Amino acid sequence: MNAPTFKPVPSLDVERIRADFPILKLQVNNKPLVYLDNAASSQMPQQVIDRIVHYQTAQHANIHRAVHYLSETATHEYEVARRTLQKFINAKEDREIIFTSGTTEAINLVMHGYGRKFIKAGDEIILTTLEHHSNIVPWQMLCEETGAKIRVVPINDAGELMLEEYEALFNERTKFVGVVHISNALGTINPVKQMIAFAHARGVPVLVDGAQAAPHLKVDVQDLDCDFYAFSGHKLCGPTGIGILYGKAKTLESMQPYKGGGDMILSVTFEKTLYNTIPFKFEAGTPPIMAAIALGAAIDYLQGIGMDKIAAHEQSLLDYATAQIIEMPDVRIIGTAKHKASVISFAIDGVHPHDIGSLLNQEGVAVRTGHHCAQPVMNRFRVPATSRASFAFYNTMAEVDALIAGIRTVQEVFK
Amino acid sequence: MADMKALYQEVIMDHNKKPRNYGKLSPSTHHAEGHNPLCGDHISVTLNLAGDKVEAIGFEGEACAVCKSSASMMTVAVKGKTRDEAETLTQDFLAMATGKMDMSTPNNMGRLAVFAGVRDLPTRVKCAILPWHTLHAAFNSVQEVSTEADADPMHTS
Repeated sequence: MNAPTFKPVPSLDVERIRADFPILKLQVNNKPLVYLDNAASSQMPQQVIDRIVHYQTAQHANIHRAVHYLSETATHEYEVARRTLQKFINAKEDREIIFTSGTTEAINLVMHGYGRKFIKAGDEIILTTLEHHSNIVPWQMLCEETGAKIRVVPINDAGELMLEEYEALFNERTKFVGVVHISNALGTINPVKQMIAFAHARGVPVLVDGAQAAPHLKVDVQDLDCDFYAFSGHKLCGPTGIGILYGKAKTLESMQPYKGGGDMILSVTFEKTLYNTIPFKFEAGTPPIMAAIALGAAIDYLQGIGMDKIAAHEQSLLDYATAQIIEMPDVRIIGTAKHKASVISFAIDGVHPHDIGSLLNQEGVAVRTGHHCAQPVMNRFRVPATSRASFAFYNTMAEVDALIAGIRTVQEVFK
Repeated sequence: MADMKALYQEVIMDHNKKPRNYGKLSPSTHHAEGHNPLCGDHISVTLNLAGDKVEAIGFEGEACAVCKSSASMMTVAVKGKTRDEAETLTQDFLAMATGKMDMSTPNNMGRLAVFAGVRDLPTRVKCAILPWHTLHAAFNSVQEVSTEADADPMHTS
């Protein structure tokens, strides 16, 4: 292993960025908070907090309903947020952006709206070992209901998808592919563009779970040519309770509604209801208006920094941390893919991840411990759980050092 | 918050490294399996009641240090006690671990009091109480118990 490749990114002023995040000033157990659980949820900058306060103090009413000033203002801001999200992932049209409660609901929407309409008994759905439970369980529910079957793409010892196995899974019964863009448990960046092209050549649509990818790299849904792309607001410095389902307009139009209610209709009588056009067909009821607008503000904030700079800084944090952890005795990194996002899952010999998590917490270091809602990945590596440090653009090299020192402390306690 | 590091240093040095009564009794009059699906912890408790008395008890499983130490200390604490005494101790331990016991007044926790600190860490409460839930299940011939659902300390009143 080479010496730590510490490449400072001069264009990213981390200290100035950190000043935007009030929560990063916290002390935990009398130590400065070192927040390394960004793959679970990111923190919110003051700019987004201010946007929420402004909306609630001066702009709130229900949307798409009334003609009064506040309703028009809220509707306008909500639709501005939709266009911000459209540009963020380079969707062709704003009506291809559906606000959901998060990635999980976005995938469930596709299962109900697309899967229940088009996937039948005997059909096959291809998923991968790297999927988060949220891209497994909805499809299992569909299979139970319809008699369709799930086929699983295996991974190698580095935690990379085995593409030749993926391609071998296709047959005339293959009707759908669900693949995670970046593994939340291991950080593996999957070659989704290539996988989508292969599926499309066989007429099979592809859903990409972008929950981990959207915060860390530039997503271009037209370039990927995916049929669906799902991600969450709270991993993008936005609030919880908001997420995005992107779908190609034509595909969305062919789907049945997922939830019935207000705003998703054109007209209702007890004899017949006419559904609204997309995206409204899939946004029944009053949506999380404030959360959608706040997510728009979060995207503005991230783009103000630049997704390329964010990715570069996170890569240097990953390289710096990896180089140090790899040298530590009795510590094993799980997931060593060539293309990785800023996630390090690790195990310490003889120490259960929950004990690692509690002792790191004692040092102010927040990591995630557990199976990361990805039990098939854990089973593949024969571990019940791992500890996971995941970095964001506001993390520093000094925080990586705090993690390393924390791991040493854990090892001392267990010596 | 209680100092977790101190808790670790006290119990890990001892019970995690040298768990007492480790193993499965065969045959046994009572047994149960306990799971914590959140972290994958899994332990089994086997015991032999002679009349009303816990004559022998064993535990086994893959678990974190908090869970393992709690299980080890539990077996030491209940061995030789009557079933009623063991069940009372279980209730007291659950009360302590979930912060419902006033630790400033005298109590019967003895060395088990070291686990009082987990009350501030809901996810770790489950680790500490899993062995006790499993013991309770064994007494009552419930063969599988989980820290979720009914046995979830965050859901009990």
